[in-house]
Amino acid sequence: MRNHKLTELNEQAVQYIAVGAAVLGTGGGGDPHIGKLMAMEAIRKYGPVRLVSPEDLEDDALVVPISMIGAPTVMNEKIPSIQQMIKPLDMIEKELGRKVSAIMPIEVGGGNSLVPVITAAERNIPIVDADAMGRAFPESQMVTFYLDGIDCSPITMADERGNGVLMHAIDGVWEERMARAVTIQMGGSASICDYPVTGAQVKQSAIPHTLTLAYEIGKTLFESKELKQNPIEMLLKQLNGYALFQGKAVDIRRRTEGGFTRGEAIFEGTDAKKGRTMTLFFQNEFLLATEDGHSIAITPDLISVLDQDTGMPITTENLKYGARVSVVGFPCDPKWRSPKGLETVGPQYFGYDAPYVPIEQLAAEKGGAE
Amino acid sequence: MSHTNVDNMEEIYRIGIDVGGTNTDAALLDSKLNTIHTIKVHTTSDVNEGITESIRRLLAESSVNPAQIRYAMLGTTHCTNAIVERKHLGKVGLIRIGAPATTAVPPLADWDDTLKATVCPHAYVVHGGYEYDGRTIVEMDEEEILDCFLKMKGEVEAVAICGVFSPVNTSQEKRVEELAKQVLGADMPVTLSHEIGSIGLLERENASLLNGALLNVIAGVVKGFEEALHTYGIDASLYICQNDGTLMYSEYALRYPILTIACGPTNSIRGAAHLSGLNDALVVDIGGTTTDIGVLMQGFPRQSSAAVEIGGIRTNFRMPDILSIGIGGGTIVRLDETQDQVTVGPDSVGYELLKRGLIFGGDTLTATDVAVKLNRYEWKDAQTEALDESICKRADEIITRDIEEAIDRMKTSSDPVDVILVGGGSILVADKLEGVSRIVRPDHYDAANAIGAALGEVSGETERIYSLDEMSYDEAKEDARSHAIEQAVLAGADRDTVQIVLSEDIPIAYLPGNALLVKVKAAGRL
Repeated sequence: MRNHKLTELNEQAVQYIAVGAAVLGTGGGGDPHIGKLMAMEAIRKYGPVRLVSPEDLEDDALVVPISMIGAPTVMNEKIPSIQQMIKPLDMIEKELGRKVSAIMPIEVGGGNSLVPVITAAERNIPIVDADAMGRAFPESQMVTFYLDGIDCSPITMADERGNGVLMHAIDGVWEERMARAVTIQMGGSASICDYPVTGAQVKQSAIPHTLTLAYEIGKTLFESKELKQNPIEMLLKQLNGYALFQGKAVDIRRRTEGGFTRGEAIFEGTDAKKGRTMTLFFQNEFLLATEDGHSIAITPDLISVLDQDTGMPITTENLKYGARVSVVGFPCDPKWRSPKGLETVGPQYFGYDAPYVPIEQLAAEKGGAE
Repeated sequence: MSHTNVDNMEEIYRIGIDVGGTNTDAALLDSKLNTIHTIKVHTTSDVNEGITESIRRLLAESSVNPAQIRYAMLGTTHCTNAIVERKHLGKVGLIRIGAPATTAVPPLADWDDTLKATVCPHAYVVHGGYEYDGRTIVEMDEEEILDCFLKMKGEVEAVAICGVFSPVNTSQEKRVEELAKQVLGADMPVTLSHEIGSIGLLERENASLLNGALLNVIAGVVKGFEEALHTYGIDASLYICQNDGTLMYSEYALRYPILTIACGPTNSIRGAAHLSGLNDALVVDIGGTTTDIGVLMQGFPRQSSAAVEIGGIRTNFRMPDILSIGIGGGTIVRLDETQDQVTVGPDSVGYELLKRGLIFGGDTLTATDVAVKLNRYEWKDAQTEALDESICKRADEIITRDIEEAIDRMKTSSDPVDVILVGGGSILVADKLEGVSRIVRPDHYDAANAIGAALGEVSGETERIYSLDEMSYDEAKEDARSHAIEQAVLAGADRDTVQIVLSEDIPIAYLPGNALLVKVKAAGRL
């Protein structure tokens, strides 16, 4: 459904991506607001950033993902420094003894979608139109590179003081443990490069064209406002999505467990869903939706909660009693549906006692896509 | 005479004034907070004229001796208007204590160039800041800061200071304030961000800048109010309404004008609580153009948790959680004959209702005409015969449904709630609403805002992040409570009457040590 090729990120593109990334963030991933402001500032200062398609990469090109790790609350207060967004990349280049050809976002959902723009603008290198999640997930090993057994090391991290950490982890799970510990010492928020990959590995493992997808979603939501069209219908068309539910939030329960906000949100149906109840289970992201006790969408498929009037995404943190919402679901990238994919980000990993069934199948069982 | 008869003791009165976009309302209350008299005049382009006129009429019609009025409270839209219209704003110098952190987004990044030039000719990011747990990120360099103030000298009327995680540790901001006064003089007004907003650096910085820019505006308001009172021989303590339903000393308001923004709806909510005797209900305030719905929790308006834009600037200081819909007494009703559709609003005839409404001999069908035609309200000499009853019924259905839906949105659970109806437009509403257990229409419903302004409670609040690995939940809450109580006393509350009126905590994701953000508010009587 792409009607043009996005080849550079300017201020307008960044604004669209911020909104699209919040939809793909499925309620978590942090508010893209700070990422957006950092990116716009960098573009004002250094000019637009080139965007390259994964298929246009040389096989032996060095591509490095850069992102922020830690608490979004901290990042909104202790905003990163410019140096902090460059340092992990410098350290990787030094460690590997070669120049980086392009950088990429590790996740397209939430604030990390736009973090690479600062580095790319300052260093005048392109960004790859791809990511390793196709959405947002909370832990370092939850990336497609991990599924394909790609080495996550060397890993570099930096804080705003100038501290840098170089790590070698045996796998993504150990990276998560060690990087989280370092992040805490660095004050709850740090910049990180992991999974330095080749162009060939990007083509093999990354999820292509996700920045363009985020851009298109954002553009749809902005334009539907101008054209006075129903944004949600337009989105579903664009993403092969399913209208899971429409209703009103009647109860939200949150608690903190192991550094994550876990909870449930209960919705009473309106219109076609009158008399029905939906429960959304979340852990930073929305991970499981049930209607009257039956699953209708399950992680790693995407579940997004949108404001019924504007189509704008609502995060797990901002969901309030009385919100009128449309809940939509999209199929995840097929990579996540492999046995290792489901072991890594399936319902059991997050502690939900529900078997994974693809969203298309659940919709068909309910009587076809609505 | 050694003993005095209580009945002969002089009664003490208080005046409350609420300046809105269309009307200025004033109310006179006695010491038991009974409403003695209320007045409504048009808001004038020079706002002070309307205020003076309302005081004149209040005294003339109530015959109260001005010498017996000891307290005067003012709620006003001056500051909101100044930001929205970008007029009368002062120049502010900003020091952000954050380098090397925060440099990826400079100050005023999301401000437009005109406003930037109007408000903030000098913005500097200096070394310093704290972590979420109060650790120092880097030490401040005082020479660097003194240099910044030297550059500002003579070019700013106020200073705003905003440090990373200053709500957790206030020391650096306070030290920079000392340095500001050292260079720019002891009289230089300084706004410290931790006294204005919560966690979220850019929004708090913006709110602090706007606060600094409004100092001239609020000074004019306080001066005008003092003069108006003196003109009529009233020697009272002056208080200004905040947007959380409490008051601040006029001297305190001179330092924190931003806290007056959006106090109008709040005053209505407080007035509604007082007049109805309810502490937990929804308040539906229907004016000429809009219906504002707020939530009364334990006698105070519920606060909004979202970032709020004021005149296009994103801030995060507390605001009442208000839902506004385009229905009021002057809302225009139309019939589209080709589609056979009745529509209501969102436009309104506003204060021209008595000229343009059909029942007053005008040419426009309004929501008030509909209500009078359906016998909701008896309006003397109203001409209702010519009105089409079926159109009125259909319009009424739309109005009722819109209000019911807005009420439902603001509820906190699906149980039916009590609704207090205030404002001149409340005659539009039927006696039964879906999802509502009781509808209360108190006396003086059309002056609830001015009465709310006169109800004297002063408050203080605190917001901090605690680590529950280092202290118990109860200890964290206790620390926040005692800090809030001190803040209330500082704002003028009588310590013996101070109570905790709001206490909430939010766990913070991705932080170790079970980090907990605690917000507490305390309020007490004057």
